[in-house]
Amino acid sequence: MSWFAAHRHDRRAPLFLLLLALLTTGGVYALLVPPTASAASTTSTDEISAGQKLFTANCATCHGPGATGTAAAPSLVGVGAAAVDFQVGTGRMPAQMSGPQVQVKPVQFDADQIAQLAAYVASLGPGPSIPTAEQVDPAKGDPATGMALFRTNCAQCHNAVGAGGSLSQGKFAPNLWQTTPTHLYEAMLTGPQSMPVFNQATLTSEEKRDIIAFVTKQGGEQPGGLSLGSLGPVSEGLWAWVIGLGALLGAAVWIGAKSS
Amino acid sequence: MTSPAAATADYLDQRTGIGGAVKEFARKVFPDHWSFLLGEIALYSFVTLLISGTFLTMFFVPSMTEVTYHGPWASLQGTRMSEAFASTLRLSFEVRGGLLMRQVHHWAALIFMASIVTHMMRVFFTGAFRKPRELNWVVGFTLLLLGLAAGFSGYSLPDDVLSGNGLRISDGVLRAVPIIGTYGSYFLFGGEFPGEALIPRLFTVHILLVPGLILALVGLHLFMVVLAKHTQYPGSGRSDRNVVGFPLFPVYVAKAGGFFFMVFGVIALMAATMQINPVWNYGPYDPSPVSAGSQPDWYMLFLDGALRLMPGGAEFVVGGFTVPLNILIPAMVVPGVLFGVLATYPFIEAYATGDRREHHVLDRPRNRPFRTALGVSLLVAFFVLVLAGSNDLIATHFHLSINDITWVLRFALFLAPAAAFVVTKRMCLALQRRDRELVLHGHEHATILRTQSGEYIEVHQPLNEHERWIRVQHDPIRPLQVAPAQDSRGVRRKGYAADVRRAKLSRLFYADRVEPVTPAELAAAHSHGEHDALPGATAQHELVPGGHGALVADEDGH
Repeated sequence: MSWFAAHRHDRRAPLFLLLLALLTTGGVYALLVPPTASAASTTSTDEISAGQKLFTANCATCHGPGATGTAAAPSLVGVGAAAVDFQVGTGRMPAQMSGPQVQVKPVQFDADQIAQLAAYVASLGPGPSIPTAEQVDPAKGDPATGMALFRTNCAQCHNAVGAGGSLSQGKFAPNLWQTTPTHLYEAMLTGPQSMPVFNQATLTSEEKRDIIAFVTKQGGEQPGGLSLGSLGPVSEGLWAWVIGLGALLGAAVWIGAKSS
Repeated sequence: MTSPAAATADYLDQRTGIGGAVKEFARKVFPDHWSFLLGEIALYSFVTLLISGTFLTMFFVPSMTEVTYHGPWASLQGTRMSEAFASTLRLSFEVRGGLLMRQVHHWAALIFMASIVTHMMRVFFTGAFRKPRELNWVVGFTLLLLGLAAGFSGYSLPDDVLSGNGLRISDGVLRAVPIIGTYGSYFLFGGEFPGEALIPRLFTVHILLVPGLILALVGLHLFMVVLAKHTQYPGSGRSDRNVVGFPLFPVYVAKAGGFFFMVFGVIALMAATMQINPVWNYGPYDPSPVSAGSQPDWYMLFLDGALRLMPGGAEFVVGGFTVPLNILIPAMVVPGVLFGVLATYPFIEAYATGDRREHHVLDRPRNRPFRTALGVSLLVAFFVLVLAGSNDLIATHFHLSINDITWVLRFALFLAPAAAFVVTKRMCLALQRRDRELVLHGHEHATILRTQSGEYIEVHQPLNEHERWIRVQHDPIRPLQVAPAQDSRGVRRKGYAADVRRAKLSRLFYADRVEPVTPAELAAAHSHGEHDALPGATAQHELVPGGHGALVADEDGH
């Protein structure tokens, strides 16, 4: 202590204090903010090099060697492991063909390979990481808050209960009922294709989990019978004509038919 | 001793004299055909609406007071909402049978409108609106509009996001009306949209005003059917001066009574197995969110489609006032044209036909090509607009671009009805020619005879007289002829210009036609081969241009 007291008038003291203040602020910030932007420090170098091999063989044609992007596809530096886990884990990447929107198809890699690719892309620059099981657990979310948030942030494109909807020029917002909680979270975090990014400032991790809690309750059994795709009045009208009026016209023809 | 039923009937008769009315009514003869039951579907679904609607009023609270939801539906727990929405949720989840009744009510409403439209198509295509039934057509048309009003006001009552969006669009349409629009909106909503007055107001409209009017007009509609007697399809023994059918009692009482239970049964079955308007998915109304796939019920979908098709740029400002043609054209002009044509068609056709006789025998649609083609093209235009209203769902379900769909439908709105008109008219004329062919030559018999001289003859089996009558009974309608512009003393006749206009319209309706076979032609056909020599029987003469020997427009114009 006496050493500090003796040197407190040293001309280098303000510099030292500034460094100390920066370190404290940064440290506290790092502790308080959830670690979504951390680089993949836990992954082994083996995983990264395996991922790099997979990347060179399957992805580099479009995304370029080193994933810095080409005219055909964007740079992946800084997109993070979450983006890779979503795009490859849902079967969107590697893309099968160009078009208005990359289509979902059977997943091309196993879980280990996806993890290796994710580790490699994450090693290129800091980006959002894959959420923990706890972050996406629907049981821990509040579906009522989730519904309120879904209505104001998601339903415009994905329909009131996530049945999907149309976007411009052949693009579309997909149905969400078969999407896993982890992929739902990653989609919100990384904003794939036409979807906006919902970062921590827009929707906190808890709010994302509330939305997941709401979405995962949809699409199954609904009160009142068959949901008719949860598409609203158009499908209801179609069935009113086809089934309702169809049956009643049949009955009318039967009643009106001469008995002879 | 009389039976208890007879004693009761006698008791009533002695005090009300109802026996005479029952006797008269029970003996009333109605013709039999399945298409005469379409109006009954509408009537019975309306009864179903009244029954289920009465149940719903016991639990629905038409109030916009804000409450916090605490109930069984987890996704809305603790959400602030209007009492109208909360009571709809309570009705759906907590009242025994409530959800079933709500779904019965909504399915019945969709079927009510669908059966009205189908019934109207039957009346239109068979010409049942002709004299003396033009006024009853207008009553039916008013019922269609009231059905729309009932549907729209009821759809908005639960105060959910979807119906709120519908109200917002109506508010926008109302505001688009020049000068009075904004005042109208403030008047309707009791202030700024959405305000707190609308739900109670719509409730009164929905459960009192509109159903009261519908009931009264349904009564009038049926009374006028009884008064003018029911129309009948053409057939041997049927004419404009008789009605061939069964008495109301017991045949039709049994059939109609049974049919009510079938209609109710189909609606109840749908309500029990198919979800409709799940308001808990949409959430309480809030003006900010609009979810994908927001559409009105099917009978309003054509208006939504017209709005979706209209290019947005058609809006200009005149002297500080915005004239939003991008809203006025789709939301006012399009329904105005559709409903205007529907409401006035019987009078337009009577004017073009120049016919003042009563008609009780229906037309076969093929025998009135212009009317049938016009009806089909109106339906096609309506269907194009319905598709336009569903463009987002077509895009997602058929993997198409919504922009391409919209552009295709913009053209289709004009081209498809025109094409449908031409094709339908040609088909009607072709079917009439086929009828002529059958009457003159009979059915092909697949038998070839060789005579002793070696000549081959294909044997045709002649039609029996019932078959033949159906194909020859109708009157040919020829275009009206215009009387000369000057009378015999060379004085210019008053009303000549109006007559020319009327003759033009008449030519539009009736210039292209196929005349039914005349007795002379038939006689000639039966004496083998000679009919070819007769005028009017050859293919070239079947289309009579301009019309010879046509009706002359009434003497002093009209």
